[in-house]
Amino acid sequence: MSRKITRRKVLAGTAAGAALATLKFPAPAIAQKAPFKLGLLTVKTGPLAEGGIQMEQGVITFLKQKNYMMGGRKVDLVSADTGGNPAGAKTKVQELVERDKVDVILGPLASFELYAISDYIIQHKMPTLSLAAAQDLTQRKPNPYLLRASATSSQAMQPMGHYAATEMKLKRVVTISEDFAFGYEQMGGFQAAFEKDGGCITKKLWPPIVTPDYTPYLAQINDCDGVCQGFAGSNPLRFMKQYHSFGLKLPVCTGETGGDDALLKSFGDEAVGLISACPYTLDLENDSNKRFVDGMMKNYNTVPGFYAAGLYVNCQVVDAGLKALGGDVSNKEKFLETMKGLSIADTPRGPIKFDHLGNVVGNIFIRKLGKEGAKYGLKLWNKTVKTYENVSQFWVWPEKEYLAEPVYTRSYPPVKKC
Amino acid sequence: MNFWILLAVNSITFGGLLFLLSAGFSLIFGLMRIPNLTHGSLFMLGAYVGATLIMGILSVQLDFWLAAVLSALVVAAFGALIERLLLRRLPGEPLAQVLVTLGISFMVADFCLMVWGGDPISVATPTHLVGFVRYGVAVFPLYRLAIIGIAAVVAVALWLLLERTRLGAMIRAGVDDPDMARVVGIRVSQIFTIVFGLGAALAGFAGIIGGPILSVYPGLDQDMLPLALVVVILGGTGSLLGSFVGSLIVGFLYNFGQALLPELAYFILFLPMLLVLVLRPQGLFGRQLP
Repeated sequence: MSRKITRRKVLAGTAAGAALATLKFPAPAIAQKAPFKLGLLTVKTGPLAEGGIQMEQGVITFLKQKNYMMGGRKVDLVSADTGGNPAGAKTKVQELVERDKVDVILGPLASFELYAISDYIIQHKMPTLSLAAAQDLTQRKPNPYLLRASATSSQAMQPMGHYAATEMKLKRVVTISEDFAFGYEQMGGFQAAFEKDGGCITKKLWPPIVTPDYTPYLAQINDCDGVCQGFAGSNPLRFMKQYHSFGLKLPVCTGETGGDDALLKSFGDEAVGLISACPYTLDLENDSNKRFVDGMMKNYNTVPGFYAAGLYVNCQVVDAGLKALGGDVSNKEKFLETMKGLSIADTPRGPIKFDHLGNVVGNIFIRKLGKEGAKYGLKLWNKTVKTYENVSQFWVWPEKEYLAEPVYTRSYPPVKKC
Repeated sequence: MNFWILLAVNSITFGGLLFLLSAGFSLIFGLMRIPNLTHGSLFMLGAYVGATLIMGILSVQLDFWLAAVLSALVVAAFGALIERLLLRRLPGEPLAQVLVTLGISFMVADFCLMVWGGDPISVATPTHLVGFVRYGVAVFPLYRLAIIGIAAVVAVALWLLLERTRLGAMIRAGVDDPDMARVVGIRVSQIFTIVFGLGAALAGFAGIIGGPILSVYPGLDQDMLPLALVVVILGGTGSLLGSFVGSLIVGFLYNFGQALLPELAYFILFLPMLLVLVLRPQGLFGRQLP
């Protein structure tokens, strides 16, 4: 009840006469307001296009369901293709801000893109809801204009480490991931949590991003009882296939990109048994996820994965922020603070809220890939076996203690003798 | 021990795949004097077309090998078209030709993205080649061994074509001295089209043969093109033996480099190329270009 009154007060404050009319006849009053401009930084060409196209599908699915209206304002979507590289991201963010005069930016996809535009976002005080996991931007070098409703690189891998040690009962694990920041941060988070619970990382392998053949690395997987892979894009597909073709049978665990639901239609039997930790799962049964998945099936005849879900949730955050302010985002700081203060109960990944650094606190799902329960015409399915609730980017460590450690790199945490 | 056997066998396998990819590249380079930068795209296009045929269109699913041959033909036709309609119009302008092939490679990449979307496609291993061979403790996938056989068959067939047929003699004449070949009545321009089509067919065939190992995804073209370049520069342009030896060298460098010194893997891969360019620019088995 009290919420309703606040809303009326806000509306009355902005336009006393129009307030009643807005409540009674929303349509004409809205038509007079300028449209809200939603800028999307995505990737529609090049090797990262798979995730980028899904990002856009997530946004459009949300907008279609809302009839292109957010918080009582018509929404104009301006979509920009960065090509998946830092230079492209820089050019396109300028276009969105200076030419298209967007009110908020969704994206970009990749960590190195986000690092490239971070200073620009601060200069132009542009609220940005990122999917990119570059974790230091909500940790040791926080960007105050950034909100991340998806996860930092290691946010899902930390529970994965706990699960691997306590439930999968793994003792010695070899990690393998791409040789770039996202890989280091994922594997670092896994290692820190896994070793905290008594496990041991015996070897860390870093193939280059472009590795047509993983055999030279597969030949080095030995002296362990499990493997943790952190591949992204199309690499998980190739890795699992080659892993299986060499007769390797050790259990494999991975993160949100390595076991993404969007890859289910591409995976074959070689991926059965893969354990993945993800901030979103296709099999979550709640209203919001049902609406979302149905929308994706209707619009694109495809199931969403982590990328589409991340952007759908970002849209929910923007929508809720706009609603709370009655559609008035002229004060960017206030808009940002409002969004940061939100706690949304019904999203496709369950309830979310933000920490004071702008990073999400929410569910992390541990899933096992198999055939049981497959829906939407898929042959394979990620079935949730455990849900970690209210997971923050700092996992079980106090924030101060976590931030006192250096950021995860290629050689940190180091491999210990064990 | 297991580790070394595995790497050695895999080096040969990977070399076999690289040979399929680069033999056509080398022929085109040798005859037409242009590094055909669409070669990676032709590889990817072959993989996409083949994968589509295997998964089935209009509820007709093709056998892996039939799909491989068909996709090679489709890509050959596409290659021949590029040569006839575009490269033909730019005779003697290697820079313009390189730029055209580069432009086409971007267009093919976008076309594939539009048609097949961004999701990676997994190509099923032919059912009779699923599984692996055990030798002591070493385990090796059967399909990868089959690739060695396929590469050997293609190598012999190409050698026969080039060394034992009239067409082969004309191609060799064209490589050695196009002007003189024209004087003796060889229609070099027609040979250009045939060779470009043949090179494209080999690339497309390699794409689908590599499919069960590499899968098909946007960006596959850019992943493979540099490897073809290294092979051809090492081995020498226009030389079948050159691409064969070059592929094996790159196969070994790639496998052992990544396993033993992963930080320097690319350094190890490209260093021999630099040395060859400085010390023997025509490549190990290439002839000095006139």
